[in-house]
Amino acid sequence: MKLRANLIIGGALFALAILVGLLAPWLAHTDPVLDANLMNAEEPPSWTWWFGTDDQGRDIYSRVVYGARVSLTVGIVSQLINSVIGVALGLSAGYWGGWWDDVVNGLTNLMLAIPSLIFALAIMAVLGPGLTSLLIALGLTNWSFTCRIARASALSLRSQGYVQAATVLGYGDLRIMITQLLPNMLGPIIVIGTLGMGSAVLSEAALSFLGLGVRPPFPSWGSMLSDARDQITTAPWLSVFPGLAIFLTVLGLNLLGDGLRDILDPQSRSRRS
Amino acid sequence: MTGVPLIEVEDLRIDLDDGSRRVAAAEGISFRIDRGETFGLVGESGCGKSITALALIGLLRQPLSIGSGVIRFEGREIQHLSAAKQRELRGNRIAMIFQEPMTALNPVSPVGRQIAEMFVLHKGKSWREANQLAVEALASVRVPAPERRVKDYPHQLSGGMRQRVMIAIALACGPDLLIADEPTTALDVTVQAEIIELMRNLCAERGTAILMISHDLGLVANVCRRVAVMYAGRIVEERGSADVFRSPSHPYTQGLVASLPRLGSRAALGRTRLKEIAGVVPAITAFPDGCRFNPRCAQATGICRTVAPVADLLEAGGLVRCHHHA
Ligand SMILES: Nc1ncnc2c1ncn2[C@@H]1O[C@H](COP(=O)(O)OP(=O)(O)OP(=O)(O)O)[C@@H](O)[C@H]1O
Ligand code: SF4
Ligand SMILES: [Mg+2]
Repeated sequence: MKLRANLIIGGALFALAILVGLLAPWLAHTDPVLDANLMNAEEPPSWTWWFGTDDQGRDIYSRVVYGARVSLTVGIVSQLINSVIGVALGLSAGYWGGWWDDVVNGLTNLMLAIPSLIFALAIMAVLGPGLTSLLIALGLTNWSFTCRIARASALSLRSQGYVQAATVLGYGDLRIMITQLLPNMLGPIIVIGTLGMGSAVLSEAALSFLGLGVRPPFPSWGSMLSDARDQITTAPWLSVFPGLAIFLTVLGLNLLGDGLRDILDPQSRSRRS
Repeated sequence: MTGVPLIEVEDLRIDLDDGSRRVAAAEGISFRIDRGETFGLVGESGCGKSITALALIGLLRQPLSIGSGVIRFEGREIQHLSAAKQRELRGNRIAMIFQEPMTALNPVSPVGRQIAEMFVLHKGKSWREANQLAVEALASVRVPAPERRVKDYPHQLSGGMRQRVMIAIALACGPDLLIADEPTTALDVTVQAEIIELMRNLCAERGTAILMISHDLGLVANVCRRVAVMYAGRIVEERGSADVFRSPSHPYTQGLVASLPRLGSRAALGRTRLKEIAGVVPAITAFPDGCRFNPRCAQATGICRTVAPVADLLEAGGLVRCHHHA
């Protein structure tokens, strides 16, 4: 098997982002919120202020480091919610068929028709800004691809000999779905989930940019970009570093997703065994 | 032994709904299997063997359904049981193994786990106990080094080994009836003989009755005490295995017996297809009037083309469905 650069680079970038988020208190130089000091406002990047400071004199490096927590929490948790919803709906629809399948198909088409960010925006408008609202809004609006894949896999898997055999052995529907179908469709679901995390990180940034994300002054990459908007010409480092953090994380997740697809793809799997 | 048979099928009719109308894919199916007995169902491809088996375990799905008739298990009618009740029977009291050992195991689950699941599902065992029992079950089907093999995935096992695992799974809960639908067609001949022998011995030890389904009369007669021959959705002859060979009564059965390789080499040539009778099995939607075998029957007369023969009891035991039977 050839060395898979995308898997390694993507995995490394994602792991780095997670590490930064986990170790934020040790990596950060200052408190991201409290250590404001107008004496060092708008310092450009230097040895003391790696990523520069903002108009309140807060250390951008420390804020980017802490911002990883929000972005990754939103990315991971909301995608997990999406995956659970998508798998539950798609798997049961594909396996049971009938009216339930029609209902799920209708819902999925509806979700696909409305851009998920617009949908999330509407939910945020109702729930108000904040981390929990972000998780709910992004967790409820991006399951349609997972659902599609889960449904298609369930449809093709349910005629497999071992699924029929499980029926003959007295397995109930739920047991069949969990033990026979789910493990056999996990590969594509994980790939979609990884890519979905990337887009959730982006959506978080977008919503925070619009002022609907985590409440200031606590940093998230999106809200930092939003704050930096007015100073983009005078203090470009305010936008560049959080932007770079978003870029690298999303790039990492996409590469990882691609790399996982290469190894989890059923065809390449059968080639291996 | 009580007079109540283990399983009793009475005048079973299986409907096939082809969109506009219902046609009988099988009808007038009656037979009984006693505890510990071995019973065979033989016939050409498409004659309705598998759907009969599926009817027994309550797994006919659209477009197939039970049209009429009664299926009794230990004297209790089971054809109208709730889905949950039928599930309790399946795998627990009535088990089934399939044609396809290659695909009947979950590829992403270790075989030990798949055996253990049966104990968890039907016997309420804890996973720890179940895993222990799985090792014993694997040992009982003579898989060497079962403690190590339980961790193997299906693709790490040969076809014969997989079929042993299937047998271990099927017999895990000590069922009263094992349905074996062409259990060895996908295996090569020597393995086939081993598997059949294993299945027969295990069932004999445990008093498990076998319903063996195959297109191969020789194989079935070898394993089973009694045989029913099916043709185009009907049982045309039902006899003791030895009698079928000595004096086949129905012209179709006569054709089957004549087409078999000579005794002695029977098991070894188990894969020979029954192609020697001229003509083909009619499609369900185009069953001929009268006796369904009449277009292929050398002894057919006028009555055969108009009147369906009823089942005649034979003096020596058994029954046959032919106007001019021997
Ligand atoms: N799901 C189905 N839909 C439509 N027709 C079916 C279905 N299942 C079976 N049949 C038809 O019912 C008839 C009996 O099928 P069955 O599978 O019982 O045959 P069989 O005797 O087991 O043959 P084989 O030796 O090939 O397994 C066949 O003509 C088949 O075409
Ligand atoms: S009833 Fe007539 S056609 Fe049918 S098997 Fe007997 S002799 Fe042949
Ligand atoms: Mg069959």
